[in-house]
Amino acid sequence: MNSISNIIDWFINTGVLNMAMIALIYLTVFAVLGLFLVLLERKVAAWFQLRIGPNRVGYLGLFQTIADALKLVSKELTGTVKADKFLYNLAPYFVIVTSLMALAVFPFTKDLQAFDINIGIFFLIAISSIGVIGILLGGWSSNNKFALIGAMRSGVQTVSYELSVGLSLLTMVILTGSLQLSEIIEVQKSGWLIVQGHIPAIIAFMIYMISGTAETNRAPFDMVEAESELGAGYHTEYSGMKFAYFFLAEFINMFIIAAIATTIFFGGWLSPFGITDSLPWMGLLWFLAKTFVLVFLMMWFRWTFPRLRVDQLLTLEWKYLLPINLVNLVLMAVIVWLNLTIQI
Amino acid sequence: METATLEPTITKKGFKSEEYFINMGPQHPATHGVLRLLLTIDGEVIKKVEPDLGYIHRSIEKMCESNSYQQIVHLTDRLDYLSSHINNEAVCLCVENALELEVPERVKVIRTILGELTRIASHTLWWGVLGMDVGALTSYFYGFRDREMINDIFEETCGARLTMNYNIPGGLMEDIHPNFVKRVKEFIPHFRSKLPEYDRLLTGNIIFQKRTKGVGVLTKEDAINFGASGPVARASGHSCDVRKYHPYSALDKVNFTEILDTAGDSFARYRVRIAEMWESLDIIEQLIDNIPDGDHKVATNAVIKLPKGDFYQKVETARGEFGVYIISTGTKNPYRVKFRSPGLSNLSLLNHIAVGGKIGDLVATMATIDIVVPDIDR
Repeated sequence: MNSISNIIDWFINTGVLNMAMIALIYLTVFAVLGLFLVLLERKVAAWFQLRIGPNRVGYLGLFQTIADALKLVSKELTGTVKADKFLYNLAPYFVIVTSLMALAVFPFTKDLQAFDINIGIFFLIAISSIGVIGILLGGWSSNNKFALIGAMRSGVQTVSYELSVGLSLLTMVILTGSLQLSEIIEVQKSGWLIVQGHIPAIIAFMIYMISGTAETNRAPFDMVEAESELGAGYHTEYSGMKFAYFFLAEFINMFIIAAIATTIFFGGWLSPFGITDSLPWMGLLWFLAKTFVLVFLMMWFRWTFPRLRVDQLLTLEWKYLLPINLVNLVLMAVIVWLNLTIQI
Repeated sequence: METATLEPTITKKGFKSEEYFINMGPQHPATHGVLRLLLTIDGEVIKKVEPDLGYIHRSIEKMCESNSYQQIVHLTDRLDYLSSHINNEAVCLCVENALELEVPERVKVIRTILGELTRIASHTLWWGVLGMDVGALTSYFYGFRDREMINDIFEETCGARLTMNYNIPGGLMEDIHPNFVKRVKEFIPHFRSKLPEYDRLLTGNIIFQKRTKGVGVLTKEDAINFGASGPVARASGHSCDVRKYHPYSALDKVNFTEILDTAGDSFARYRVRIAEMWESLDIIEQLIDNIPDGDHKVATNAVIKLPKGDFYQKVETARGEFGVYIISTGTKNPYRVKFRSPGLSNLSLLNHIAVGGKIGDLVATMATIDIVVPDIDR
């Protein structure tokens, strides 16, 4: 008995227990969030497409997504006979774990932040580029030509568009002078960064949204799983929960891209009217409201635009976005140097 | 056909690269039915496309030889199911010509109106599916919204929405529903207000134009050599509208323009079909107020026996020139029936125009050729 209580004491004293509990809460909240983002996407798609959308399971179809999740959990896990079993099984975890890791650094409100690291933005960029390894592994190991083409496209796409995501965020870092996300929010108490940095910030935001959509492999950049060309792309051979991991990660990634934009450009949890300090929990609502507006924007892209061709995708990045981004970076540096920012 | 040669090649830098081979279909979202494409690919670039047919072959032409002429009409629904009314009309016209039967004016006008409605319905479906093939899922539902109104008109007129069987040799099975004229008149302004929406959603979209302009270019000479017809040939500048050159039913009484384009790429084929929908609306508008009174059919013998000889009739379906060739020995069954389907000759040029493009180009090209597989595999 004594040794067990010692172990429990050790857990409590070193903070491992706290960490484990926080991790569990995050996992649960974001699994549910991912599921409801699926539902939101289906509803938004329906509104765009003259349909009603899911409306049978639960009130207004709210439990449709729970039913889908249960279906996926209970499905048989199938796979190709000649698949590389180890890599094939490993791939979904790469994708889902990296998405969930990225969530740790977001300041949802003043004190609601799991992990306030002083290189927050760098961490986010680094983490978001690991996910593509999962996609490449999945496509490569499932021994299917369509999956392989999808994975090849994904590699090309992510490597290219990471540059734009990184550079547009770097443009904003020049303005904030810090990589720490909580400090970036503090800086914005004298005006959101998109206002402070005016022209270069708006350009950076537009480039960020374009390349962010490409990073998540969503339409109009969904070459990776272009269903009319490749069936289902890299996850053609996945079923059940393994497929669900890819699917869920896509939606959580969309949330992450929107959350980064909220934090960096739109003041994070800060309210536009300056009453956040008296009501700290309001910060969470502001954060979610801003994020969901951006999520809606990305859904709007998806249900309106056709898909680009793979060579056009690369032309867009290397011939347009990257040069504009580099010029924009210099422009921002000049504006900060001459002190031309707008402070409210 | 299975043994596509895979020749390893050495590139300049010394890396070994291979052409590889993938099966697109018979169950693939882009092939619109059970069509199998054997693709030889170098990376993303297409080296060779071989369509493999036969997955939905029902030997309809052979079945026709043991059926009476009234029964043959029903089989033609199952060819190009999106132009079922026009297919029926072709057989009826062929039989009527052979019998030298003059059908009432009323029948001719109603057949033409329904034929043009069928063309619009087919083109709206094509438009929706094209959007889906290039990745814009929303257009599918917009296309279906308008097609639904036409299907409702068909349903009220003849009880069926897809395989209509409304034509019989000698006229129409029943007279039109009292609501028919009213509903068609409602549809014309409705669709005129909705067609600009199509332009806003796809035509003007920069991504869509990039995906289709200069993709799958078909020259006029090739269009003629491959026997292309319909919007595919007209987009290459080959004037071939059967409605203009060999008018049938009431088409000699209406004014309409044959839509031509010269670019020959996927976008030209797209524009031709959109413009054809406007023309079809004009044709319907000219006829809908002038449906003459009279009988909806002339009496024929219960057992139709065609005179000895061979008879050919061609019509313009939504996909192009559809021909019916009947050889009769004077009995109640035809000796031999041959259908000239527009889809087969249009598909035959796919390899010619898709080679050198990317996989995405092949999908866009195939969507603008607008194939219906049961029409190709009879």
